[in-house]
Amino acid sequence: MQIYKILKKSNLDSLVSILSKKQKFMAPVSKGLNKFAFESVTSSKDIALKYIPTILAPKKYFMPQYETLIEYDTKEGQNMKAVVEYENMVLFAVHTCDLAGIQCLNIVFSDRPKDLNYLVRKNKITIIGLECNEVCDEYSTCAFMDNDLPNGGYDLFFTDLGEYFIVHVNTQMGDAIINDTKLFEDATVSHINELEKLREKKRKLFINQFGIDRQKIPELFDKSKESQIWDDIGNRCLSCGNCTNVCPTCYCFDVMDVQNLDLKTGKRIRVWDSCQNETFAKVSGGESFREARSDRKRHRFYRKFKYPVNRYSRFFCTGCGRCTRTCMAKISLLETLELLIKENKVK
Amino acid sequence: MKKQILNNSEYIIKKAKVVRTKKLTDLEKFFEISMPNNESLDHDPGQFVEVSLFGVGEAPISIASSPTMRNSFDLCVRRVGKVTSEMHKLEQGDEIGIRGPFGKGFPIRILEGNDLFFIAGGLGIVPLRSLINYVIDNRRDFGNVNILLGCKTPDSMLFGDEVEIWQKRLDVNFNCTVDKADPDWAGNVGLITSLIPGVNLDPDRTFAIVVGPPIMYKFVIKELIAKKIPERQIYLSLERHMKCGLGRCGHCQIEDIYCCQDGPVFCYDQIKKIRGAI
Repeated sequence: MQIYKILKKSNLDSLVSILSKKQKFMAPVSKGLNKFAFESVTSSKDIALKYIPTILAPKKYFMPQYETLIEYDTKEGQNMKAVVEYENMVLFAVHTCDLAGIQCLNIVFSDRPKDLNYLVRKNKITIIGLECNEVCDEYSTCAFMDNDLPNGGYDLFFTDLGEYFIVHVNTQMGDAIINDTKLFEDATVSHINELEKLREKKRKLFINQFGIDRQKIPELFDKSKESQIWDDIGNRCLSCGNCTNVCPTCYCFDVMDVQNLDLKTGKRIRVWDSCQNETFAKVSGGESFREARSDRKRHRFYRKFKYPVNRYSRFFCTGCGRCTRTCMAKISLLETLELLIKENKVK
Repeated sequence: MKKQILNNSEYIIKKAKVVRTKKLTDLEKFFEISMPNNESLDHDPGQFVEVSLFGVGEAPISIASSPTMRNSFDLCVRRVGKVTSEMHKLEQGDEIGIRGPFGKGFPIRILEGNDLFFIAGGLGIVPLRSLINYVIDNRRDFGNVNILLGCKTPDSMLFGDEVEIWQKRLDVNFNCTVDKADPDWAGNVGLITSLIPGVNLDPDRTFAIVVGPPIMYKFVIKELIAKKIPERQIYLSLERHMKCGLGRCGHCQIEDIYCCQDGPVFCYDQIKKIRGAI
């Protein structure tokens, strides 16, 4: 049985206020120039309920850019303790594309050998999703990736229906918020009908721009290894790594030691890294195994549309469009896929 | 920010001890290492460990000894980066962090009963030594053994004492070559590929095991195929930057393969079509 509740918009501020007193409450905030970021808020007036994908994905809370893995002390040998740093938090208004991104990360970090740093942290985060009633902009491909509608991965899921939110209660953790805050009412059949109407309307708004079935993509990539398109985008790429930083599913990292001034104690940390950097696949002997930018671009696309399909039966592109929005060289994921489809005459 | 201790994080190191060191060349140093309480590392030949020195970092290093040596294991390290330079300063009694062993080593079960053809170029002798010594320690379980060793110059040859022993054994055929000789060198001069045609072997029952610098593989493989050794009987070990050892950080990835978990030892048949592997 699906449980739906109603939250009046006038009660949103109370909800934020109650929840933000108990733990950190993260929500999208406007940064101007149509840019948004997830930040800690205490009042609903700071929240941008209508927003296009934030600069960084909520990945930053699940896999922080810098995180301590080990604290060491070398005063008497190689002494250490392994730690996880975390924060109890509510992550509010996560769009469906980013919910899909979190699901991808969950799979990667729970694969064996399990990553306890990730797994401990993830369960300290309550996720409240928010439906996109409209397409954010021309860069998103969420309909193609089947992420325009919710596919789970949240505790509560909000849909804005004007005067109120209709809220899908998905987990016990979500239900606890309903019960503790006492701000929610039961949804009636007419509320659920309104939600159905919105979803019906969305079917016309969120369209697959490519005219092919998503399931044809792995096969398309099988044929495209030697495509000229990789050279074309490789020639334009600046290897800045913006696309991997903003990507909700890029999880490559470096591990490094940060020494304290006593030169005896310090931390071993995990830091975001990027396969787009020239040194990423370089070994100490000097050999670099993806020296050409075209090879690195190809690698990134295959890591979204082919390799994870082999390994996890899942695409690692959520269709959020961040990589295209952020690219300084205007390399477009949508255009690249279109060119590959055209080149291979896929129908 | 809250903090919790993780008792079974994959990043926890074991505190090992340097038992013995030996300078092999200007660039390479040998380490014998024992795990805490003399526990066995329990590795397969061809696997690697992550060596950790806090404040410097971690580096993936091939295990140089056979698992038949149970109380300790060997590493042979070329000084090329931060961690390896710092390792070269270590002496007997020093503590060192170890994670692993990691990866898939040489397929011993497949090799048993068959003829073996070892080809080592340069530092490739280090991981191969773990298998060669394993085979020597279990000599009757394998067929004929041929070893070819190539290095740049006579004084860059590693494990000279052992090479001499292999040379003298009646159950091992050994040959070596140097790219550039010195006045005392009486052996072969030239690339390792030049020695392959002269090796007497039965291609149907020979498994070739090749380890060397990345550039070496395609030339050696061409010669092995010319000898009619089937592609599925050629094994090689690939060098990549195996940063985490856990199949996650992405540095060692070749297409959808993680070298640290799916390799570093691969069958040629399995990777020949993988772009960027060889």
